[in-house]
Amino acid sequence: MACREWHEKLDRYLDGELAPGENAALGAHLRGCAECTADILERVQTKRLVQRAGKRYEPSAALRDKITKMAAAKSPGVFRRWRLVLVPALVVLVAAFFLDGYLVRERAARLRVYSELADLHVSTLASATPVDVVSTDRHTVKPWFQGKIPFTFNLPELTGSEFTLLGGRVEYLEQAAGAHLIYQVRKHEISVFIFPERDSETRSLPSGAANAASFNSETWAQNDLRYFVIGDASPADIQALSRLLRDAR
Amino acid sequence: MRVSEDRLSAASFEDLALPLFDQLYNFARWLTQDTAEAEDLVQETYAKALRGFASFQAGTNFRAWMYRILRNSFLSSRTGLKTTVVLDEEDGDGMPVESTTPESLLIEQANRELVQQALEGLPVPFREILLLCEVEEMSYQEIAETLGIPIGTVMSRLSRARKALRDALRDRIERGRHGV
Repeated sequence: MACREWHEKLDRYLDGELAPGENAALGAHLRGCAECTADILERVQTKRLVQRAGKRYEPSAALRDKITKMAAAKSPGVFRRWRLVLVPALVVLVAAFFLDGYLVRERAARLRVYSELADLHVSTLASATPVDVVSTDRHTVKPWFQGKIPFTFNLPELTGSEFTLLGGRVEYLEQAAGAHLIYQVRKHEISVFIFPERDSETRSLPSGAANAASFNSETWAQNDLRYFVIGDASPADIQALSRLLRDAR
Repeated sequence: MRVSEDRLSAASFEDLALPLFDQLYNFARWLTQDTAEAEDLVQETYAKALRGFASFQAGTNFRAWMYRILRNSFLSSRTGLKTTVVLDEEDGDGMPVESTTPESLLIEQANRELVQQALEGLPVPFREILLLCEVEEMSYQEIAETLGIPIGTVMSRLSRARKALRDALRDRIERGRHGV
């Protein structure tokens, strides 16, 4: 093998990267070749110089402290690494489950309340005696409820409007006594239910208009009372009556 | 420092990474030539390694992985972008042939400080490969993994880096001798 070819292997010899067979062969060559020997000597010297000179910088104690804490505090084992992904995923799943259940329950509750009120409205009108107090006068109707229901309320002055008060009766919704008033507008009967607002399904009801079983309705909470206005009159009439009730003094 | 699969499941990041701290800092300081930057670089390296530890492949070289993170962080830093030198990439066949004049006597006079100055003056790709090979005593395979280059390129770049260092040392020794 020519000297030049050995020459190219000197670095690898120096770094211990030659195959064992080549190592021995190069060793044999070096013993007989002054030029390659001088060359390898220089390379060994340089390598040693760099080794010594390269180990130059010491990290500060503050940095060592910081890195040690960093590595120890969050050393992620297999479980902890999984937890990073799993915990948020579970939180989302559980939240979605409960939110979903909550929305379904709330919607079911609203439907139940509306359909119950619609039933009351229809059955009352179908009965032979729809109202227990027959009066067009709010000053007669309001005192009639005293002692029969655990609250009082204001009824609007209807003079100048198209609405007529037909009368009232005591009604029960979820075991709570409330007032059921019946109004009339152009041959349409409208029921107004007033119940104490309490921790029940009605509390979650948002104010606003709704359409239940082809009836139009309106509901809102006022002075701890829950108002429902429901009937087969037009939405405009339902809203007009709702406004009168709301503004009643 | 090849980590077997079953050992990795037991080994924590702390156990593997903390013993490398001093070397990594030395390497970072050589690359950045600045204490504050080196400290930032080491911190960034540990933070990234900690986050990426899950993706570290068991059975591969952990030390090379850490050095690669440090080096890549350095290259994307402001200083790293400024100092990056594009080398003509060579393969094993194109190795430069040295002048055969032995300079051992000359080199012998080089003291530690002179070598440090010469190293500082080298372009980053030469400086880093010399540090990895001589100071970290990495195998060619580890260097290849750290730098992300083929082994043939490791050998040729190392050869060129050593020649550049010898030339730089010779320059400095001769300048010193002439009182420049």
